[in-house]
Amino acid sequence: MTLLAVERIKLFSTRSPYWCTALALALGVGLTAIIAGTTDNGQMSIGLTQFGSSQLALAVVLVMSALAVTTEYRFSTIRATFLAVPNRTSALVAKTVVVAFIAAVLGEIIAFGSWGLAKVMSPASDLAINTGAEWRHVAGVGLLYGIGAVLAIAVGILVRQTAGAVAILLVWNMLLEGLIGIIPKVGVKIQAWLPFQNANHFLALPGGDPAEQPGAGIDFKLSQWGSLAYFAGIAIALLVVALIVAKRRDA
Amino acid sequence: MIQAVRLRKHYGRTKAVDDLSFTVKPGRVTGFLGPNGAGKSTTMRMVLGLDTPTNGDVTIDGKHYAELKEPLRKVGALLDAKWTHPNRSARSHLKWMAVSNKIPLKRVDEVLEIVGLAEVANKKAGGFSLGMSQRLGIAGALLGDPEVLLFDEPVNGLDPEGILWIRQFMHRLADEGRTVFVSSHLLSEMAQTAQDLIVIGKGQLIAQTTTEQFISDATQDHVRVRSPHALKLREILAASATVTEDAVNGALVVHGLPAPQIGEIAAENQIVLHELSPQRGSLEEAFMQLTKESVEYHAH
Ligand SMILES: Nc1ncnc2c1ncn2[C@@H]1O[C@H](COP(=O)(O)OP(=O)(O)OP(=O)(O)O)[C@@H](O)[C@H]1O
Ligand SMILES: [Mg+2]
Repeated sequence: MTLLAVERIKLFSTRSPYWCTALALALGVGLTAIIAGTTDNGQMSIGLTQFGSSQLALAVVLVMSALAVTTEYRFSTIRATFLAVPNRTSALVAKTVVVAFIAAVLGEIIAFGSWGLAKVMSPASDLAINTGAEWRHVAGVGLLYGIGAVLAIAVGILVRQTAGAVAILLVWNMLLEGLIGIIPKVGVKIQAWLPFQNANHFLALPGGDPAEQPGAGIDFKLSQWGSLAYFAGIAIALLVVALIVAKRRDA
Repeated sequence: MIQAVRLRKHYGRTKAVDDLSFTVKPGRVTGFLGPNGAGKSTTMRMVLGLDTPTNGDVTIDGKHYAELKEPLRKVGALLDAKWTHPNRSARSHLKWMAVSNKIPLKRVDEVLEIVGLAEVANKKAGGFSLGMSQRLGIAGALLGDPEVLLFDEPVNGLDPEGILWIRQFMHRLADEGRTVFVSSHLLSEMAQTAQDLIVIGKGQLIAQTTTEQFISDATQDHVRVRSPHALKLREILAASATVTEDAVNGALVVHGLPAPQIGEIAAENQIVLHELSPQRGSLEEAFMQLTKESVEYHAH
């Protein structure tokens, strides 16, 4: 508990989390506003309300989470941290828990904020959240952010510098996993096992317009919750590797 | 008490610390002296568990740093004044440290007061001058009221007033019975601050003694003598003193006999003298002499 308080104080006594939160909110909810504004009243769908949250704002959350560790390395406050808490694993796990929790809460705010805004802007559309799949599609965004944060922190610990970590995360999430689909035949087979594709699969709405949904056309072997567990498993595995490396490495 | 036993740290082929053993006693200020690149900071990082020794061991009262529960209450350290987030205020910086070791928050304001930063407590550390950053670092070291204190070149960037303040401060800490371990690459500075000295060069121990002893050994008086009959004079003086020859100008360097006596001996033996000058070795010169073999970077 003490360590969670420490990481919370550290995080909120600098400005970058506030900026990232504001940016994620603006991008996530903002994109929904643009989509709702350009879609005919009555044509909005729940799938469209989460485009900003599940794609654009997620990228910002990944960056924010990576920054939470890379700035510590950048300014050597990580050494001050390890002096205060020589058990590096506990210190870094505490940081991960705090950042992942904040990311998850932010995810819910952006997801339901986007949904609420769409409802206001497009009152004739059927945006009621009725089915389990619809709930998963909206409320699941928070889970995605939380797990994404764990993954980003692991990358941050391993790479230790902001530019490198951010580049890896953004290229991986926004470019690489999509590009692999271009490879004939095997491309989509590989994609079925890529972490962010599985994350998208978790959110996917059954029977929705395939063009609206990222990850369409991939033949996933896992159930939707299975995909989430898989995404979480990869994030945690990467974190474990990062913790082992951090423990062995000179600070 | 800090105890290092056969400590080694290699970075690739660089032997930053090489088979170093020493003891730092409580109740005294111990200077850790060595030229740039001698391995002082590396040693301190190993004491604090930040770097893992390649070999050997270093303990604080018999325990590794990592084994200490709430370590800031036992060991306070200032390794680098810049280990702060530039956007975080001085108070927040100390606050998270205090919380992490269950130190009461009122102690934060206490140490800010002690180092004279109370007025800028809510200002961002990034805007601090080097001197202010050093003070913030010292505040952090004092936070847990620790028995053992490590300072790596704490007077860097301080003005003369600040240097005096920190010197008296370290003496006070030692007088309270604490272990104070402070590094520097300036003997003149250490001569005024430290009671004991651990001198290293190229990662190896050169001397561990009291400062007094070190200085008297290093700056022995000697007399420079030049004579056209240097050979004969040398023979005669060698009976009652140590005589060496200055390779550069051929003068004799006499240890152990005062100048008047050398003059008298020369007169008795009818030896002409061209120079008879008493010399006193300077502290820095002696230090340079001592560490010459082990200085890593020579100025060219
Ligand atoms: N992380 C590192 N990786 C590689 N080499 C290192 C590392 N840290 C220190 N060194 C090398 O180890 C040697 C000792 O460095 P160290 O910083 O301990 O010296 P120092 O006595 O503190 O010097 P200074 O008076 O300049 O602070 C140097 O040759 C340095 O280049
Ligand atoms: Mg140093």
